[in-house]
Amino acid sequence: MPTFLKNLSSHVVPPFMGLALLVGIWSLVSITSTNNFPTPTDTFWQAVDVFSNPFYSNGPNDQGVGWNVWSSLKRVALGFGLAALVGIPLGFLIGRFDFLSRMFNPLISLLRPVSPLAWLPIGLLVFKGANPAAIWTIFICSIWPMVINTAVGVQRVPQDYMNVARVLNLSEWKVVTKILFPAVLPYMLTGVRLAVGTAWLVIVAAEMLTGGVGIGFWVWDEWNNLNVKNIIIAIFVIGVVGLVLEFALIKLATAFTFEEVQS
Amino acid sequence: MNTSMTTKYLQIQGVAQTFKTAKGDFPALRHINLTVSKGEFVTLIGHSGCGKSTLLNLIAGLTMPTEGNLICANREIAGPGPERAVVFQNHSLLPWLTCFENVYLGVERVFGQSGVVDGKPKEDKAQLTLRTHAALEMVSLSHAAFKRPGEISGGMKQRVGIARALAMEPQVLLMDEPFGALDALTRAKLQDELLAIVANTQSTVVMVTHDVDEAVLLSDKIVMMTNGPAATIGEVLHVDLPRPRSRVTLADDPAYLHYRKAVIDFLYTRQAHVEKH
Repeated sequence: MPTFLKNLSSHVVPPFMGLALLVGIWSLVSITSTNNFPTPTDTFWQAVDVFSNPFYSNGPNDQGVGWNVWSSLKRVALGFGLAALVGIPLGFLIGRFDFLSRMFNPLISLLRPVSPLAWLPIGLLVFKGANPAAIWTIFICSIWPMVINTAVGVQRVPQDYMNVARVLNLSEWKVVTKILFPAVLPYMLTGVRLAVGTAWLVIVAAEMLTGGVGIGFWVWDEWNNLNVKNIIIAIFVIGVVGLVLEFALIKLATAFTFEEVQS
Repeated sequence: MNTSMTTKYLQIQGVAQTFKTAKGDFPALRHINLTVSKGEFVTLIGHSGCGKSTLLNLIAGLTMPTEGNLICANREIAGPGPERAVVFQNHSLLPWLTCFENVYLGVERVFGQSGVVDGKPKEDKAQLTLRTHAALEMVSLSHAAFKRPGEISGGMKQRVGIARALAMEPQVLLMDEPFGALDALTRAKLQDELLAIVANTQSTVVMVTHDVDEAVLLSDKIVMMTNGPAATIGEVLHVDLPRPRSRVTLADDPAYLHYRKAVIDFLYTRQAHVEKH
């Protein structure tokens, strides 16, 4: 039993202490605060209430937390999916052809540092709707990591592998499917992970501006209702969903990474 | 086949190679003239940096010479091709494919639907699979056919690399220090396997090495190269030992020791390596 206790104390106790610290500071703030900052206990009971019926719908401005998360995820999936569809092939081309690399690199360097929210008005103007504009914002913010990582991956394919392709005289199709794609996959998945992470950050902000159904809009709506308990619940929900996405993509990436074991 | 094609199967005529670097031109090789007969086993030996691998890459067609030309089977070498298979120094197996798939990739290209086979009928999947298994069998790796390179030892990886090259039934087998990264025992075992395989297939082999014993044991001809930059062929030694050769009986054979001494003299007396920093 001593090893069991040792594992318990070194792996289980620290995270709980971290959580306890957070709840402690929060309680302190809510006790000393003069503007009705909710206590952890109140928030917990409110959360039980919120999660007991996550999929209710009383019109477009009053829906369960489940629907809000679901709408946000749909937007992220759509914007991210379109970005992957454009960004990954573009990354392959930029990585494979120096000319394209020199052509696109200045554009990418110029546009990448721009906050994706700055593109929201352009989206509203062009697509004439809040929902497509939000998707457009997600598209813009998630395309850069995928283009850049894929291009870097293609440029870093070991010369040895390309020599193998040349000696075996493989067709361009075989080169792409048997050598380039598997070699680039780990880089590409890193790009995907960064893109999804950014997209999940940006969707909350974008929805605050566009409205409709979504976790970001829910936060803003509850602020207008001065329902701080729900805002805190929303923050936890956003965190948990982000964590799950990140974890799933890391698992995916490790499944497709072939480390060369040096003998 | 006429005699000029068998005795002058591979011809290297007045080849020079200069690399363009940031610090200006770097002359790697100059005045290389060499003829290799069909079925001959030739090793290139010399200190590091003498351009052995550069010469091998030129024969492989991976790089083009700055001057001179290379001719294989009466045709100028214009690029890499499966008739000149390469065993790379670091095996260069694709880590995401199994050993079987690594070998199959080359087999499929040479003998399969997409292959360029002059005169020979294309083979179906079953025949290609059979060929692949036969190649793995030749290097005694049938048991590891469906393992990935990451799951097998360095010596086994190198054997898969050899199997991949041999399975294509190349006219010329080019090997760049194929056993350089292996321990002495594994190296000896693979050298013996290679001797047996080459005796069987009658392949023409050009092999880069820096191991004197390896060169004498395996070669019909040892090409000794001077130190770089601007390295060239210093001397060619014909090794006239009867085959099959056995490392045990050769160990105290006077002829073997004589050849061995000739190479050592060349490398350590006449081309004593000066470390440049």
